[in-house]
Amino acid sequence: MASGEIPTTSEYIAHHLTNLKVGSGFWTFHLDTLIVSGALGLIVFGSMAVLASKATSGVPRGWQNFFEMVLSFVNQQVKDTYHGNSPIVAPLAITIFVWVFIMNAMDLIPVDFLPTVASATGVHYLKVVPTTDPNLTFAMSITVFLIMIWMNFQVKGIGGFMHEIFTVPFGPKLAPVNLLFRIVEDIAKPISLSLRLFGNMYAGEMVFILIALLGVWQLPLALPWALFHILIITLQAFVFMMLTIVYMSMASESH
Amino acid sequence: MSINATLIGQMIWFALFIWITMKYVWPPLQKAMADRQQQIADGLAAGERGKHDLELASKRSADTIREAKEKASGIFAETDKRVAQMIEEAKGVARVEAEKVYNAKLAELDQDTERARAALRDRVGELAVAGAEKILRREVNAAAHADMLAGLKQEL
Repeated sequence: MASGEIPTTSEYIAHHLTNLKVGSGFWTFHLDTLIVSGALGLIVFGSMAVLASKATSGVPRGWQNFFEMVLSFVNQQVKDTYHGNSPIVAPLAITIFVWVFIMNAMDLIPVDFLPTVASATGVHYLKVVPTTDPNLTFAMSITVFLIMIWMNFQVKGIGGFMHEIFTVPFGPKLAPVNLLFRIVEDIAKPISLSLRLFGNMYAGEMVFILIALLGVWQLPLALPWALFHILIITLQAFVFMMLTIVYMSMASESH
Repeated sequence: MSINATLIGQMIWFALFIWITMKYVWPPLQKAMADRQQQIADGLAAGERGKHDLELASKRSADTIREAKEKASGIFAETDKRVAQMIEEAKGVARVEAEKVYNAKLAELDQDTERARAALRDRVGELAVAGAEKILRREVNAAAHADMLAGLKQEL
């Protein structure tokens, strides 16, 4: 909380949805998003890298077993959908699934817990779930978009890519229409990808905040919503990963 | 919720994590999993091969046992035949030998008998002559009866 006074309902909600900011105008940085997502990523991918360096091809134990399960699940999705041989697709899908999942999972920490701890140390705003920040979801979808474009060039070459842009789906006579369609189609991809994740997590977080306003009634409500939210967390991570694989597969298929 | 420079920072984070996964996480774990898959496949193949070998070996051992049995029974029959043959041979030899010994003994016996008879004949002749001499010395001329005694000796 910003001060010792008891906030009104709208103040409480607005407070929860305000990022910890630094800078002004375009050069504003959401420190909470950057730090939480970065720290989570460093912990998860760092520990995975340490574990992978000690991975044995014998009987896997403990965490290796768990990560192998996750990785082979993701890899199976990649194999089923993507038939090219670019070495980046499987790591990209793994990164997306694991990172988005762990960031979404921050939603399950009681909404007031981390902000209260932070305010005790003098930080007055903290938005804990990084995926409720569109900056993060757009950053991911734009990165995916750039990799997709790069893969188009790599697989089809400049000529092949241009040919596809201007001739699909209506043939060379309607080249401008084809180009327009292609632009709309490709722009829609990162926007839908990022807004889907952002919208789902933002709405879920909002419901948690509203439940937290109910006083003692939050106890019977927060648990079922949290349980249900586990599904959304996993599903959104999976959807983001799956669509990325599909886009990569579309980028590397020639017509 | 405004788009700002956080976007750039997040893209850098994302790129960093993709790079970590691509370089340090995925290749070693993938290799470990592929190696394990290979090991399991090899193990299963070896097991299958072992089972096949066992089948072959048990078939071969059954064959060997049957062969050995056949050979053994052949040897038994052969041996029986040989034994019977040898007994027959031995019997034949023994019979021949026994006959030979018997005949020799018989011949010897005949000779002995002959000799004894001849000796006895001589003695009886002498005895008779002695007896007769004694009688005749008293009453008859010895020379006159010698011819008659020789004829008697011939008849014996």
